[in-house]
Amino acid sequence: MSDWRGRDRTYRLCAYGSILCLFAFLFLVENYADEYQIRILNVSAIFVTMAVSYNLINGVAGQFSLGPNAFMAVGAYTTALLTISPAEKELCFIIEPIIWPLSVLHLPFLPSLLIGGTFAALLGFIMAFPVFRVRGDYLAIVTLGFGEVVRVVANNTQSITNGPLGLKGLPEYTNLWWSWGVAVFTVFCVTRLVKSSFGRAMQAIREDEVAAAAMGINVFRHKMLAFVVHAFFAGMAGGLMAHLVTTISPTLFSFFLTFNLLVIIVIGGLGSMTGSIIAAIIITYAGEWLRAVEEPMAIGPFNIPGIPGMRMVVFAIMLILVMIFARQGLMGRREFSWEWFCGFLRTGERRG
Amino acid sequence: MSFFKVEHLTMKFGGLMAVSDFSLTTKEGDLIGLIGPNGAGKTTVFNMITGRLLPTEGKIYFRGEDITGTPSHIINARGIARTFQNIRLFNDLTVLENVVIGYHGRLHSSFLEAIFRLPRYKSEEKKMRSMARELLAEVQLDNVADEKAGTLAYGQQRKLEIARALATNPRLLLLDEPVAGMNPRETGDMMDFINSIHEAYGLAIILIEHDMRFVMGLCEHLVVLDHGVTIATGTPSEIQNHPQVIEAYLGEPEGA
Amino acid sequence: MDLPLFLQQLLNGISLGSLYALIAIGYTMVYGIIRLINFAHGDVLMVSTYFTYFGISVYALPWWLSVIIAILLTALLGILIDLGAYRPVRHAPRVSALITAIGVSFLLENLGLVVFGGRPKAFYRPDFLNKTYELAGVHVFSLSIWVPLVTALLLVLVFLLLYRTRVGAAMRAVAKDMEMVQLMGVDVNRVISLAFAVGSALAAAGGIMWAMKYPQINPLMGIIPGLKAFVAAVLGGIGNIHGAVLGGFLLGVMEILLVAFLPSLAGYRDAFAFILLILILLFRPTGLVGKGASG
Repeated sequence: MSDWRGRDRTYRLCAYGSILCLFAFLFLVENYADEYQIRILNVSAIFVTMAVSYNLINGVAGQFSLGPNAFMAVGAYTTALLTISPAEKELCFIIEPIIWPLSVLHLPFLPSLLIGGTFAALLGFIMAFPVFRVRGDYLAIVTLGFGEVVRVVANNTQSITNGPLGLKGLPEYTNLWWSWGVAVFTVFCVTRLVKSSFGRAMQAIREDEVAAAAMGINVFRHKMLAFVVHAFFAGMAGGLMAHLVTTISPTLFSFFLTFNLLVIIVIGGLGSMTGSIIAAIIITYAGEWLRAVEEPMAIGPFNIPGIPGMRMVVFAIMLILVMIFARQGLMGRREFSWEWFCGFLRTGERRG
Repeated sequence: MSFFKVEHLTMKFGGLMAVSDFSLTTKEGDLIGLIGPNGAGKTTVFNMITGRLLPTEGKIYFRGEDITGTPSHIINARGIARTFQNIRLFNDLTVLENVVIGYHGRLHSSFLEAIFRLPRYKSEEKKMRSMARELLAEVQLDNVADEKAGTLAYGQQRKLEIARALATNPRLLLLDEPVAGMNPRETGDMMDFINSIHEAYGLAIILIEHDMRFVMGLCEHLVVLDHGVTIATGTPSEIQNHPQVIEAYLGEPEGA
Repeated sequence: MDLPLFLQQLLNGISLGSLYALIAIGYTMVYGIIRLINFAHGDVLMVSTYFTYFGISVYALPWWLSVIIAILLTALLGILIDLGAYRPVRHAPRVSALITAIGVSFLLENLGLVVFGGRPKAFYRPDFLNKTYELAGVHVFSLSIWVPLVTALLLVLVFLLLYRTRVGAAMRAVAKDMEMVQLMGVDVNRVISLAFAVGSALAAAGGIMWAMKYPQINPLMGIIPGLKAFVAAVLGGIGNIHGAVLGGFLLGVMEILLVAFLPSLAGYRDAFAFILLILILLFRPTGLVGKGASG
C-alpha cells in the first residue's frame, strides 16, 4: 500500500519535472529562436488549449458540438474590448461610437482573459438549455447554428463589436509564457476533471445515456458541465489568439476554425487528451509546412507555381481517410501515463 | 404507508396499448416475478417505474412519494435501481469504474473540488473506490476489476450490471431477464446469487424472466401479463395451474 | 407597404423558395434513406455551376446544353461521393458519417478554391431572362417567373418518379424499412445511389438557376444556400419530400418578407434561418409535415 503511494508520488514528480523542462525549453526558444518559430509555438499552444477543451465535450462526454468557434469569438471580443485603450477604441469605432461602459473600461491582460473566459462560459451555460434538448446529428446542427448566429451578431452590432470592421490595435500581450501557461493550466484542469468521478459520469453518458440516468447520474447537468468548462477554456484560447494577431473580425471565427479543431481531435483520437495535445502540435506544424506547398517553389530548372488552398484540401482528405480507415485516430481513447512510460523505458533497458 | 404501489398504470403508443391498467403492491423485501410472453409489456412497466417512459395514465408510489413522471436519476436516488434486458454496461469503462459510477449520485463534492483534489473529494473518492472493490469481491468480479466491461464473458456482464445497480444503494431492485441466454448451470448460479443479495441487503426485487424453473424457484409471488393486460396473479403453484396462463403460453410451463 | 410592392416581394420569395425547395429535396431524400446529413450537398451545387460555366466559356457549347450536361455530371458526382466517402462508413457510428460528410464538404470547397481560384466569375444569363415585365403596377423580373415554373416542372418529374415508377417505390420502401427491403432482394445500394443522383441533379438545377440570378459564382457559394435549404428540409420534416418542398417555399417567402418589412434587420438575414432551425429542433423536431418516409 505504501509502495503504491510512493510510486504515485514519483509519477507526480515526473509530471512537475516535465513541466519544468517545458518552461526551460520555452526560455531557450524565446531568447534564441526567430520570430517565426516563436509564432508557431504560440499558435500550437493556443490550439492545444482549444483542442483539449473541445475534446472534453465531443470525445469524453460524447456530445458532438460544431460550435466551438462561438465561444472563441466571445472570449476574443470580450478580452479585446477590455484591453484596448479607450483612445484606441475611439480610433477603431469610426462608424458608430462604442457604447458605455466599454468606452472607458481598460483592464490588464489576466483579468481581461479571465473575464473573457467567464463570458464564454456564461454563453455556454445559457446555450446548454436549448442545445441539450436534442442529441446526435441534431445537436451538431444546433451548435453549428449557434456558432453562425454568434458570428452574424458580431457582424451586426456595430456599437459593441465594430461590426465587419473588427477591432484593431490590440496590445500584443500573448507570448510563449501566456500561451503555454494557459495551455498547461487547461490540460491540468481538463485532465483532472476527466479522471475524476465527474469525468467518469460524462463517459458513462457517452457510453449509454439511459443507463447513466438509471444509475443516478443527472445527465443534463453533466452535459452542461462539460459544455461550460469547454466554453471557458475556448474563450480563454480566443482571448490569447486575439492578442497574438492583434486584429480580430467576425470572419476569424467562422466554421473554418471549427473544422481545423475537428481535424485535430479526430486525428488525435476522440476522447484522448494526450491525442489532442499531440495532434494540435502536429497539425499546427503540418499546416505551416504545407503552407510551403502553397508558395511557388523553384526546384532546379523547374518553377512550380504555388497552389493556394492546397493545405485545406490535404486536411480534408486526411479527415476522410482517417474516418474510413482509422476511426480511432492516433490514441483512440488511451492516455499517456507515467506508468506506461516507465514500463516502456524499462523494457528498453532490458533489451539494450 | 405502503412500500411500493403501482395503480392503474397504462401506456399507450399512438393506437397501440402496450400496458393496460397494471396495478401492484409490494412490501419491503418481497421477491416478485413478472412473467408473460414476449411483447407482453413487461419491460414497458419497468420503463415507466424507472422514469424512462411517462405513463399515459396511472400512478406510481414509492415509500409514500408519488414518483410518476419523475426523472430517472431522481428515482434512482429515491432507491429504485434496475438492470436492462439487453445489457447496458458502460463498455469502454473498466469493471471497477462501472461500479464506482453507482456512487457518483451521492457525491457531495463539487467539480471544482474534484479538479483541485481538495481533501473532501479525495476522501470521498477513496471511500467510493473501496466500497466498489468490496462489492466486486462479493460478486466474485474483483479479479477482473481493471478489464474493460465490454470484454467480459456474458454471465459476468450480467452480474456486473447487477453489482452496478447495487452500488446505487437501492431498496427496490428491478431485474430485466437476468438469466436470458444462460445455460442451466449459470442459471443456477444466478439463482443463488439473487437469493443471497436478497437476504444480505433485504431488498425488494421484481424480476422479469422467461425461464419458468428460475422464476418458480425464486419468487414468492407472480404477476402474469399478456398483451399488456394482467391475466393472473398469485403464488407459483397457483399460477402453474391457471388456465389462462397456460393458454397464453400455449402449453405447460417448464418444470411444472 | 402597398400591394404591388408586397406582391413583388412575394414573387421574389416564391422564387427564392423554389431554389431552397429543390436543394432541400436532396437533403431530405438522403436523410430519409441513410439517416445522414449530407453536408456536401450545398457544395455539389457549386460544382454544377462551374461545370456549366466551363461548358459555356471553354467549350463554347450552347447554354442549354451546358446546363444539361452539368446536371448529369453533378448527378454522377453525387453517386461518386456516396461510393467513395459514405459507403465505407455506412455501418460506422453516426458521428463518423457526419464527420466524413463535413470532410467531403470542405474538400469540395477547397478543391474549388485551388482549381478555380477564389475570385468570383461572372455567370451567363440568357437574354430572355433579362427582361422585365410590368404587370398591374408590379415590376416582374423574367427570371423570377421562370424559376418557379422550372421548379414546378422538376417537382412534377420527381413525384412521377417516386410514385409512378418501380425505382421510386423502392426508394420510398427503403426509407421506411431498409432491412426489410434488403430481405426482399432489392439492391439497397443501387437505391441509395439513385437517391444521391436525383438529389444532386435537383440541387444542380437549383444551383444553376441561383447562379443565373446573382449572376456570379465562386467556390464558397454553396455554403449558405446549402445550410438554408437544410433548414427548409428540417422545417418541413426531415425525411419527408412534401415537407422539403413546403419548407423551402416557406423559408424563401419568410426570408424575403423579413428583409422587406424590417430592412434594419437585413444583416441578420442569414441568422434568421439558423434561429428558425434552433427553434424547430427544440419545439417541433419532426417539422411541419411530421416524420414520414421520403414521399
